[in-house]
Amino acid sequence: MGSRKSCAGSAAPAVLMAIVILLLVGSTLYFHIAKTWWFPPAITPVGHQIDQQFFVTFIVTGIVFVLAQLALAWMVFKYRDHGQKARFVRGNHMLEVIWTTATLVIFVGLGVMAAHAWGEVHFGGPAPGALQVEVTGVQFVWNFRYPGPDGKFGRIIPKDIDASTGNPLGLDPNDPASKDDIVSGDLYLPVNRPIELMLRSQDVIHSFFVRELRIKQDTVPGLVIPVHFSVTKIGDYEITCNQLCGLGHYHMHAMLHVLSDADFQQWEQKQEAQNAQ
Amino acid sequence: MSSHASAVHHSEAPKGWLRHYIFSLDHKIIGTQYILLGLSAVTIGVILSVIMRIHLAWPSVHIWGFANGVVSPEDYLRVITMHGTLMVFFVLTTVPQSGFGNYFLPIQIGAPDMAFPTLNMLSFWITFVAMIVLVSSAFVPGGSAISGWTSYAPLSAVGVIAGPGQGLGQTLWIVSIALFCGASLMSAINFLGTTIDLRTTGLSLMRMPLTVWGWFITASLALLAFGVLLAACILLLLDRLAMTSFFIPSGEMVSGVLLNHAGGSPLLWQHLFWFFGHPEVYIAILPGMGIISHVLSTFSRKPVFGYRAMVYSLSAIGFLSFMVWGHHMFISGMSPYSGLAFSILTLVIGVPSAIKTFNWLGTLWGARIQFTAAMLFAIGFVSVFVTGGLSGIFLAQPALDLYLHDTYYVIGHFHLIMGVAAIFAMFAATYYWFPKMFGRMMNETLGKIHFWMTFVGVYCIFMPMHYLGYAGDPRRYASIESVHYLFALQPVYKFISIAAFITATAQLFFYFNFFWSIKHGKPAEANPWRATTLEWSVPTPVPHDNFAGHYPTVYRGPYEYSVPGAADDFIPQDLAPERVAKA
Amino acid sequence: MPHTSATEELEILGTGGGAKPPSGPGGDGDGPAGSRSGMPQRIYVTGITIGMAGILMFFMAFVSAFIVRKGVGSDWHAFPMPRILWLNTLILLASSVTMVRARRFFARDDREGFRHWWAVTTILGFLFLAGQLIAWRQMVASGFYLATNASSSFFYVLTAAHGLHLLGGIVALLYVGSGKLKRLTLATATEVASLYWHFMDGLWVFLFLLLLLGR
Repeated sequence: MGSRKSCAGSAAPAVLMAIVILLLVGSTLYFHIAKTWWFPPAITPVGHQIDQQFFVTFIVTGIVFVLAQLALAWMVFKYRDHGQKARFVRGNHMLEVIWTTATLVIFVGLGVMAAHAWGEVHFGGPAPGALQVEVTGVQFVWNFRYPGPDGKFGRIIPKDIDASTGNPLGLDPNDPASKDDIVSGDLYLPVNRPIELMLRSQDVIHSFFVRELRIKQDTVPGLVIPVHFSVTKIGDYEITCNQLCGLGHYHMHAMLHVLSDADFQQWEQKQEAQNAQ
Repeated sequence: MSSHASAVHHSEAPKGWLRHYIFSLDHKIIGTQYILLGLSAVTIGVILSVIMRIHLAWPSVHIWGFANGVVSPEDYLRVITMHGTLMVFFVLTTVPQSGFGNYFLPIQIGAPDMAFPTLNMLSFWITFVAMIVLVSSAFVPGGSAISGWTSYAPLSAVGVIAGPGQGLGQTLWIVSIALFCGASLMSAINFLGTTIDLRTTGLSLMRMPLTVWGWFITASLALLAFGVLLAACILLLLDRLAMTSFFIPSGEMVSGVLLNHAGGSPLLWQHLFWFFGHPEVYIAILPGMGIISHVLSTFSRKPVFGYRAMVYSLSAIGFLSFMVWGHHMFISGMSPYSGLAFSILTLVIGVPSAIKTFNWLGTLWGARIQFTAAMLFAIGFVSVFVTGGLSGIFLAQPALDLYLHDTYYVIGHFHLIMGVAAIFAMFAATYYWFPKMFGRMMNETLGKIHFWMTFVGVYCIFMPMHYLGYAGDPRRYASIESVHYLFALQPVYKFISIAAFITATAQLFFYFNFFWSIKHGKPAEANPWRATTLEWSVPTPVPHDNFAGHYPTVYRGPYEYSVPGAADDFIPQDLAPERVAKA
Repeated sequence: MPHTSATEELEILGTGGGAKPPSGPGGDGDGPAGSRSGMPQRIYVTGITIGMAGILMFFMAFVSAFIVRKGVGSDWHAFPMPRILWLNTLILLASSVTMVRARRFFARDDREGFRHWWAVTTILGFLFLAGQLIAWRQMVASGFYLATNASSSFFYVLTAAHGLHLLGGIVALLYVGSGKLKRLTLATATEVASLYWHFMDGLWVFLFLLLLLGR
């Protein structure tokens, strides 16, 4: 690689680079705009806020992505060795200040914008009158517990946990509050009502995730973690475990059924009747 | 400089095959040993990833080596755990720093060796033993661990009742990593001491090559981070073996067994792990950033644009890397207020990385680009780093992380940065420094084929993973047969797997080129790239004490290319001013 | 883009000025004793200082785990501080004093005095370690084992970690006392050993207070 001989034929790599980068940029833009593999529609108000924030971030980073990749391709092509002398430049102080400041403002700005949606999910408590449901993860099933007509959750005694005798959560048989607790393998929620999920785990860390809710929260043994939201659309949605929990991690699966108020009450009454037997 | 000529440190290589090759104290041999260790680790790691991709795309295909040819769920988890552990620790933490750094740091600063050669030798052999321990975990009863390279408690803490591989396999994992921590701390002391004390005359800090800066900041991070991981490993081992309860809470009922532990905090493990873990990923990339600046400058025939800004941004990244670990824990149950603080700091740490990218583009601006294989990988690095870095902006916002955490989006993000960019830097370093290490040139044509196949291939593998993430595809799933919304992703799985097979095959060009060229490559001159830094001013093969007793004096910065008024388009750092040929 | 000025060009081509150059390897040795290996003696002081930073982070990880674990756990119960720890602390502090004394004798070229007080320091170090073992036995006698509760767990972990590092320090003291130094001069070796020793002493005082007040 002599410095004074011109490197003829060096256009090929530059052209190839440009082609690959153009393909990259083109395909990336295409799949994002066409939404070929995409989020399902959100069913919570906070979900819409999150989608909005995603869109803003996508636009900003998308512009940077396209400009940076194209700049790279263009410069690699324009400044390929065809006998020219390289420009001896050490830097440019003003440019450094400008692009540092701009980047800082844009990045931190995005973060500040996103704080609102995060606060919706996690800051403060749920709206008053929220329906409380306790979610318990265990290798490899989900259990959902409702307080029942007395509105109180019964005490849990770990040594009483025994799924084979129908007590997967270890409800204390001597606690009157636990007699009317409803335990279900799927999550049933009424539409348009504030919900508070109390997330727990019996053994290892799991994670409760429903795509349409835009909510994900690890369930940690030893902690009870609250998450609040309300659902705006009736339907059936899949619940997956999202934190490696052992060999059955991939099939730790349950369903979220969002029902109308009437249907939900009907479901509750049916469960209470079964409990009474 | 007569004192240099007289005070020469082991100018003679020791006799005896064992002392010369196995327990060598020579940083060049130790560096080579680390590179070969990394090469073995990456070979196993790639094979494991190919197994993963076969299993995910065609779950019913039988794979040799597994019981009944079937990859069971626990086998799948063993594969991903071993893959991650090998790649992060034994490839990305060893090769760029202890491999190339050991080889070239002393030469680039005009020193005869690292400050503590015996410590250096010990670091390598302890790392070697650590790898043996890790690999051996695959052959013990119960097999190797299934808790991922992150080894979260309580899954990793309660023993075999939590799952297969969580018995002896997990214990060996912890022992291996603890050994690795010790070796890394020793290595960090060496790098820092050498850079602080052994720079030759005239080599001030602001005249150091950016490779040296990269190794220096990386060693600082390693020094402060690995001790924390070691402490965490000790606590985890005690929970497993001595019935303590650092990470295991009360009332643990695992597989029908009520545990006697009480009061521990699973989140504590995550805090300790990620306090190490985040600097760790910068340890993986910072040397690569230094190498890329170095290679870009050499083959642009221009100084690095904004050298000072590059030094400040490397330092800023290093400093900030200790303040962002919580961004791995937004969803963990950690205080959401802490989450917000970590989010802002994470976005801030994106700024110096962006500055570096702008400066790399500035280096290419007005350049005279020579498309050697090393340069192609350096240019590819910039592209991949931009892509991988920008997806980090999404993940840094907890509101978006609510959806994207632990999905394939994260896998796409960190593979582009660590599994591609950092690897590209290693490839660039190999193609660049091979002539100095072995006295022969690698084959440029094979290098170019290697680059183009790999560059296209990695994008085909890892870009679609971002789309899988948008679709909500969770990580570490042995199969997608249980979740309805994942069925539609099967074609993407197949595409990724085919791309992975092709890309893995492309690496055979590299392997062949590397080993064949050691013996049969075109003989190389001492400075085939017409580069400026000190390693190019010594003969090839490099003398035992690097400078044959005549230590250089440095007169200028490391990137004096195309200086107006000079006859040549490069001025070596150690060329006396009166001997610079004027145009 | 601003071009480089003419003076800058000259600087690159001509004078090669810039920052004051540091001395090279094998350059400044260790005074009249010189360097024995071609490496300047200061690397050993740099090395131990850097090493101490790494070791400090290791202990700080345990300390932060201590603080967090105390805050979250419901099983944090105080244990009785083994009485001998007070004596051990005094012994370790005394050993730092005797070490300073030894170095003063060394500086005055009084090798007899130096060797005497260096030996006293070493013996005090051994006594400290023996005392730590007795402290463990006192803990066991009060019924507090490693896994009894989180507080006692940290007691054992912290004292064991410190004790192991101190043992390394004692090995260094013995090495210096043996006089059979290979690459280091005696001056450098004593400086390195004393930096580490005082660090271990200070670290112990900190850990002792943490356990005393936080248990």
